Amino acid sequence: MDWTALWLSLRLGVFTVALLLPIGIFVARRLAYGDIPAKGLLEALVALPLVLPPTVLGYYLLTLFGAASPLGMAWQALTGNTLVFSFEGLLLASVIVNLPFAILPMQRGFEAIPEEVRDAAACCGMSPWQALRRVELPIAWPAVLTASVLSFAHTLGEFGVVLMVGGNIPGETETISIAIYDRVQAFDGAAAARMSALLLIVSVVTIAMTFAFSRRLGRRLD
Amino acid sequence: MELRQSAPIALDARFEAAPGEVLALVGPSGSGKTTILRSIAGLYRPREGRVSVDDQLWWDSSRGIFLPPHQRRVGLVFQSYALFPHMTAIGNVTAALDHIPASQRRRRAAELLELVHLPGLEDRYPPNLSGGQQQRVAVARALAREPRILLLDEPFSAVDRETRERLYRELVAMRRRLSMPLVLVTHDLNEALMLADSVSLLHHGRTLQHGRPADVLQHPISVQAARLLGHRNIFTAEVVEQRPDLGFTVIDWNGHRIEAAAAPQLRPGDTVAWVLPASKAVLHRRDRPSRGTTENPISGIISEHLQLGDTTVSVLQVDGTQSHSITFQVPAHVAERNRLGVGERASVSLLAASIHLMPSETKP
Repeated sequence: MDWTALWLSLRLGVFTVALLLPIGIFVARRLAYGDIPAKGLLEALVALPLVLPPTVLGYYLLTLFGAASPLGMAWQALTGNTLVFSFEGLLLASVIVNLPFAILPMQRGFEAIPEEVRDAAACCGMSPWQALRRVELPIAWPAVLTASVLSFAHTLGEFGVVLMVGGNIPGETETISIAIYDRVQAFDGAAAARMSALLLIVSVVTIAMTFAFSRRLGRRLD
Repeated sequence: MELRQSAPIALDARFEAAPGEVLALVGPSGSGKTTILRSIAGLYRPREGRVSVDDQLWWDSSRGIFLPPHQRRVGLVFQSYALFPHMTAIGNVTAALDHIPASQRRRRAAELLELVHLPGLEDRYPPNLSGGQQQRVAVARALAREPRILLLDEPFSAVDRETRERLYRELVAMRRRLSMPLVLVTHDLNEALMLADSVSLLHHGRTLQHGRPADVLQHPISVQAARLLGHRNIFTAEVVEQRPDLGFTVIDWNGHRIEAAAAPQLRPGDTVAWVLPASKAVLHRRDRPSRGTTENPISGIISEHLQLGDTTVSVLQVDGTQSHSITFQVPAHVAERNRLGVGERASVSLLAASIHLMPSETKP
């Protein structure tokens, strides 16, 4: 078992979810409450990582993050490191790849809150921030949890984008899925099997939790 | 309050309400009633207008003032009640009590639930409350903010008839204790007549008429208003003569000479519309004709006869015409005694004082 790779993957997953939650809640609410222009375009952009081949997405992110790009140069000027082939670059890529996994479930969750209930929160004297904390999140929390679990599990499993943007640097960008590939290449079947079994268990638990939460959300709103 | 816009929803309405006054916004669905209510609460922002409550300006488009809904002291009872599903009854009420110290909130919420006659159900969640009970929680929650104005959006539409009647009585009792104006949105004119001090009749977002409920009902300003008020006896006629000495205006309706309530601004030869409430066409008794039968008598054959609870509604096909009929309403026992039924002959008197003349819809 490659503990370094596992630890890196877990860290990447936790940071990805931590960054995605505020972004996802903000975007999902705007999409759900439908008060924005070009909603269709934004929805399509959010869903794009679902259908784009990971290598293609990885290629564009690599170009976007590269040392010659404005983003890459700004990052280098700021931190002294390159954005590509670093944990930070990997994290940024991971957030972008996981946008649909975070936003789509949350959008469904916020959409399920009747407009009148949100209006009632305002009429009770709650500011938009208080309404989010005291009414919207308590009603939509199963969707938020589903989004977190999905993004976390997907981060553990992501391969193509990670390889393109992060490469395969142990302790910096070598995640567990890349370690599995690495072990197979090295004819270390036993290690590959152990790590694969671990990811399989994580995936099964994730799906089970997701289904349980969506059922719970459905029941609450009956 | 006044507001105007042409799109996306056309609006042109203005009204005022005094503290303790119940104002009913009446109109068919799609007439903009709910939009007006939401505009008062700040949940909807039309192009142009002004909302002021007491001496506070909540919104003035010309001066760029807009107070967001959570800063307006407004109580709104939603049509679907919109209770917070994750909070208990008392939790819902407490949620609107941020303006008082935390230590007093629970006691105040309990008082409010008592005010709406909901003791013992404080800890129930909304799905475990009946429609009427949810409505009471919604009213308690709306009152919790100590609102400057209380808005009720079709509050009685989702409960059964028995509960509705009890809620009417409670609202009548409660409004005596409230010191803020109350705006009630309803499509039910009877509800407005029973509960409101004034009504605004709305159509396509526009105020057609505003006034005391009985005035509006008996003196609609136009044929359109009369139709919205549910009048069935709306006809056109020609002015024959003015009789200021008798307090009548005489009109000719398909050869019938009819005395109507005086409308001195009309001149002989004018085309007018007239309206008569169904309850003001008085049936002539078969067994004992009385003196009143000389007042605008109309005879014909009954073509429709319908019993609605304690009253019956009949349509009288007027003799000598194909398309003219008078709808009249009598108590069920009167209908029975006079053997009213489809195909029977009957005569009625149209009470002159209740015949209201309006401008004709089709210009001559």
